[in-house]
Amino acid sequence: MKTLIVYLMSGSETPELAAAAVEGGADLVELGFPFSDPLADGPVIRRAAERALGEGMRTVACLECLARTHELVPNVPLVPMTYSALLEAYGWERFATDAHDAGASSMILADLPAGERPELKRIQLVAPTSTDERLRIAAEQTDGWLYLVTVTGTTGTRTGLSPALAGLVTRARAITDAPLYAGFGISTPDDARAAAGLADGIVVGSRAVEVAEGGPDALREYVCTLREAVDSVVTN
Amino acid sequence: MTSAGLYGAYGGRYVPETLVPALDELDSGWRAARADASFQAELDELGRTFAGRPTPLTRAERYASDKRLYLKREDLLHTGAHKLNNALGQAVLARRLSKRRIVAETGAGQHGVATATVCARFGLECVVYMGEEDMRRQRPNVERMNLLGAEVRPVEFGKRTLKEATSEAIRDWITNVETTHYLIGSCVGPSPYPEIVRELQAVIGRESRAQFLQAEGRLPEVVVACVGGGSNAIGIFAGFIDDAGVRLLGVEAADAASLGSGNAAVLHGARSSVLSDADGQITDAHSISAGLDYPGVGPEHAWLRDSGRADYVGATDAEALAAFRDLTRLEGIIPALEPAHALARVRELDEELVLVCLSGRGDKDLAEVLAQ
Ligand SMILES: Cc1ncc(COP(=O)(O)O)c(C=O)c1O
Repeated sequence: MKTLIVYLMSGSETPELAAAAVEGGADLVELGFPFSDPLADGPVIRRAAERALGEGMRTVACLECLARTHELVPNVPLVPMTYSALLEAYGWERFATDAHDAGASSMILADLPAGERPELKRIQLVAPTSTDERLRIAAEQTDGWLYLVTVTGTTGTRTGLSPALAGLVTRARAITDAPLYAGFGISTPDDARAAAGLADGIVVGSRAVEVAEGGPDALREYVCTLREAVDSVVTN
Repeated sequence: MTSAGLYGAYGGRYVPETLVPALDELDSGWRAARADASFQAELDELGRTFAGRPTPLTRAERYASDKRLYLKREDLLHTGAHKLNNALGQAVLARRLSKRRIVAETGAGQHGVATATVCARFGLECVVYMGEEDMRRQRPNVERMNLLGAEVRPVEFGKRTLKEATSEAIRDWITNVETTHYLIGSCVGPSPYPEIVRELQAVIGRESRAQFLQAEGRLPEVVVACVGGGSNAIGIFAGFIDDAGVRLLGVEAADAASLGSGNAAVLHGARSSVLSDADGQITDAHSISAGLDYPGVGPEHAWLRDSGRADYVGATDAEALAAFRDLTRLEGIIPALEPAHALARVRELDEELVLVCLSGRGDKDLAEVLAQ
């Protein structure tokens, strides 16, 4: 079975949205902790972050959102995805401890590349531009699975699956046995099927954030279509 | 600086993985260029024959009559500001790295004009990101960039100024990194940018140290420069940093005082002193001067502040405007609003022998000043 991951921005309705995503078939939920200047994000997540900050979703509120989500879906791994600036202010170790206590299974830092702060356990990202040497460092340091950034670019919906993913999967597979989950730019069931045909799982971000604006029912339905697409890939 | 691009606890590389290989490539390309005498020779030649180096040192007798005040005239450099020193050097570097497309951010438009100029000179494709508010208040520079063949892309979110323009330029770079060099405009950003920009601007300090010695037979007691991202300041400071008796004074815009009222935080790829709140979110800067209207500053300045080697103070919009008018009327030099902040602190200094970096000329600011 391929893994399906859904990204949602933290907010007052996020726990219910996350529960809906899980009902629709999500295996893992990433929770965005908003930053004012998110360099790795395209317009959809940047705007969602601006809105979340406007509603007071600061670090402590995001940790509470994480804890409430964990209560609703206690068996689903939850992974905060954020930027170094938040940890710099909150305290790097303190954040790791408090996120874990609130129910996080790991974390993702979009702007802390492999090799930096190796003591901070997190899921490492690799990209089409990563050299094999950097793939090796990321694979050694990563916490469980490796996040394959499908495109040379920021988050955001695109038409069609990035042609760079196949090569990245091949290179990463030669280096590590860790599960390889692909994200960035995957938005339609067709993209999801194509990406799941290459990688061990997929992450859907911007499009899920857009659909989530329509409420839990819309999100559940959308995630169902992703689940079906991902499950249609024959695994051996 | 250490090999990891750190200035004390500041600097580093807080960037998405996608950029790391490009930063490694830039770092080794920069080190190879520095070790290659032909690189420095090419820069010297371009400086002399294209940019107008060396720029003069002017004695300003009437602006502060009880001092011996000298102005380093970067306003007389081609395109009207010190920004060209950096743009020329990075363009030569980009060619060595076989990058044919350049992206840049700009606030006052001076860095955008300098970048558009070197791209025209070397036949490179040029895209400049600029906040809508800055496009409004620095209109002449938008027109110059267009004439020079650059594409100016308006940035329409947030405060619509330099911070947002920088974020968008970095996003463009993330997307086009294989073909594109990011020509950053100040000594900010991830390692190795702060070092590259400092070294390319250090020509200001080298020249002015020799010129001051020739004029006065001794070194200045204090060197003053405005600080936005900090490139003209670090460039002139570089010439005097080993002269323990020379005080280094940076002047920030009072409501954009990253060093005066910032906290350690991460912005645009580096840890530095940044206007930010207790959660690490970046807060808004405000300044009449688009070039100083930025919540961050180069990491080396944060380190110079902490070590006590340099001091940093503020100047308000009104103080800068008064200095702008006074320099114009008393010396026949129309300064940019950015260095007008440095000039605003000169008269009250205890020191008598003063060197100010006049980083740019004020043509771009006329509409804004006349509207006040
Ligand atoms: C004339 C002039 N001086 C100073 C600055 C501020 O930049 P920095 O602090 O990097 O010198 C600018 C920026 O646009 C400028 O145009």
